[in-house]
Amino acid sequence: MSQLLEVSGVTVSFDGFRAINNLTFSIGPAELRAIIGPNGAGKSTFMDIVTGKTKPDSGTVTFGEKSASLLKLSEAKIARAGVGRKFQRPTVFEDQTVTENLTLALKAARSPWRVLGWRSKPADHSRIEALAQQVGLADHLPRKAGELSHGQKQWLEIAMLLAQEPRLLLVDEPAAGMTLAEREKTTELLVDIAKTRAVVVVEHDMEFVRRLNCRVTVLHEGSVLAEGSLDHVTKNQDVIDVYLGRG
Amino acid sequence: MTRSFLIRTPSLLIFIACLALFTIGVTLAAHYGLMSTSFVKTLGKTLCLCLAALAMDLIWGYAGILSLGHMAFFALGGYMIGMWLMYARTEEIVVASLLNSGLPATPEEIQQGIASQIFGVVGASDLPTIWSFAHSLPLQLALVVALPGLLALIFGWLAFRSRVTGVYLSILTQAMTLALALYLFQNDSGLRGNNGLSGLQNLPGLDAVSQDSISLWFFWASAAALALAYLTLSWIVSGKFGSVIRAIRDDEARVRFLGYSVEGYKLFVFTLTAIIVALAGALYYPQAGIINPAELAPIASIYLAVWVAIGGRGRLYGAVIGAAVVSLLSSWFTGGRAPSIPLGFMTINWVDWWQVLLGAAFVCVTLFAPKGIGGLFDYFTGLHTPDRKGAPLGPDQGSLQEKEAIE
Repeated sequence: MSQLLEVSGVTVSFDGFRAINNLTFSIGPAELRAIIGPNGAGKSTFMDIVTGKTKPDSGTVTFGEKSASLLKLSEAKIARAGVGRKFQRPTVFEDQTVTENLTLALKAARSPWRVLGWRSKPADHSRIEALAQQVGLADHLPRKAGELSHGQKQWLEIAMLLAQEPRLLLVDEPAAGMTLAEREKTTELLVDIAKTRAVVVVEHDMEFVRRLNCRVTVLHEGSVLAEGSLDHVTKNQDVIDVYLGRG
Repeated sequence: MTRSFLIRTPSLLIFIACLALFTIGVTLAAHYGLMSTSFVKTLGKTLCLCLAALAMDLIWGYAGILSLGHMAFFALGGYMIGMWLMYARTEEIVVASLLNSGLPATPEEIQQGIASQIFGVVGASDLPTIWSFAHSLPLQLALVVALPGLLALIFGWLAFRSRVTGVYLSILTQAMTLALALYLFQNDSGLRGNNGLSGLQNLPGLDAVSQDSISLWFFWASAAALALAYLTLSWIVSGKFGSVIRAIRDDEARVRFLGYSVEGYKLFVFTLTAIIVALAGALYYPQAGIINPAELAPIASIYLAVWVAIGGRGRLYGAVIGAAVVSLLSSWFTGGRAPSIPLGFMTINWVDWWQVLLGAAFVCVTLFAPKGIGGLFDYFTGLHTPDRKGAPLGPDQGSLQEKEAIE
């Protein structure tokens, strides 16, 4: 099976500091992958590179069946190509209602002219309701996102990510600020999504990663230290030295 | 669809009704001689300023781009219509005077006569190239839209694609309007330097019609333009497009990751508002009668932002109310009709002190009533600001502040 996203030999440095050092990474079209690593390992920079926020100094990033390069594309074009991103802190549009937030994310034409003429169809409405139902926000559709609790905002952002219908989801610490029950629900949701799409989860919480039950990539100082099942990488002596041994 | 649009914007019908009543009231007052022609013109001009403020609210209040150069587009719109008015009017005079000389005039003689009439004041006698279309009303009307639109498109493209935002963009727009003003002040820029264009209140071919009627015509046209723009902009901001630009105002990085081209939207809004403001200018200057490069002074565009701030940004009626209240008060205070206040050791003469009052009002609104006059409507309809402990509604500089938001 060919890979959906392939990152190879990517290096990026900020003022001489190498945040990413000759990183190679790939993920299939329907795969769940967890990325772990200590602070400063380059996890966020990796996401910035894939989503187009940061341009690497060298290396290639290709996406899709045609292996199109993402490096020349703007953030918006990469998002339209099918890469969705969830930030660590929930970023929803606080002055707008839950419905408006979901409508913004809903897969549809994105150009100003097309958006100007866009009107909500019954299908859009039921899709929004279904998404809200899925994340437990069905009763909160007319409320402003700013009034929601931290956990609810996380859910709203996950629903927005799903509304975009991306082929690859980059999820940064999805369980931060969630209760135990919510964590379990998040786990189920991510595992379920990964049946049809590629999902990359960056996470600090080992328990959460264990529950995801997927391949794990360990990053250290900007490159891959180990890759495999969680049990496999936790037995790796290098990993124990740089990461697990500290905790 | 139409029903939900009206439900989402309940202020629309109220606004249109108020504007209609106002228009009828002024028409009747003017008809029965209760209102002077000059006051009708003042009100007509005020409606044009309201129209400009409406556009300013779209770009600043909704999209969060504090442009401090939009009055340049206003003046450009005025210049474009003024060129035709002045050309056609001078043509009439020249043709009439050449008739008296006996021989039928050739087109070249007429052209020469017009050029020396218009440009004698700056010591030139040839018609500059930019006046090539001035003989034709349709072409010059097309330029009212095309020239400011094109300028906004080029300027916006350069600024937004370099991701210039916030204060830097404001400064850049100030520089644009100042540069344009300085250029127009030159005699050889082809628009009569600091003399500007004058006599614009005289419509060509309508000598028989009194200014009483013409002032009312323009008043009606201004009111119609304001109503139409209000309707269109309410429709735009109430839909998904409005949602996108408000999202850009509060957190543009997030909008990018949703797949929207933030730069494209900013450019769209910048150009659209420039065109609306230019149309407002094209209606304003025939009522003012004169336009000169001082109209492009940076302060004019800052006033535009002050009106919107005092009226309440992020709500269309707020911008209209702000522009109407401030510009009418301004003409009352500076018209010498406001009584001076003797304080013994000095006298407050409002012609000089009005600007101080306006400045103080602006500071007070910013500090104590960020919703501006529009906040009064929230107060009476029981809408509150959310309690966010001072946190704005997004990370961006132009984002809605806690005290501006509605729960």
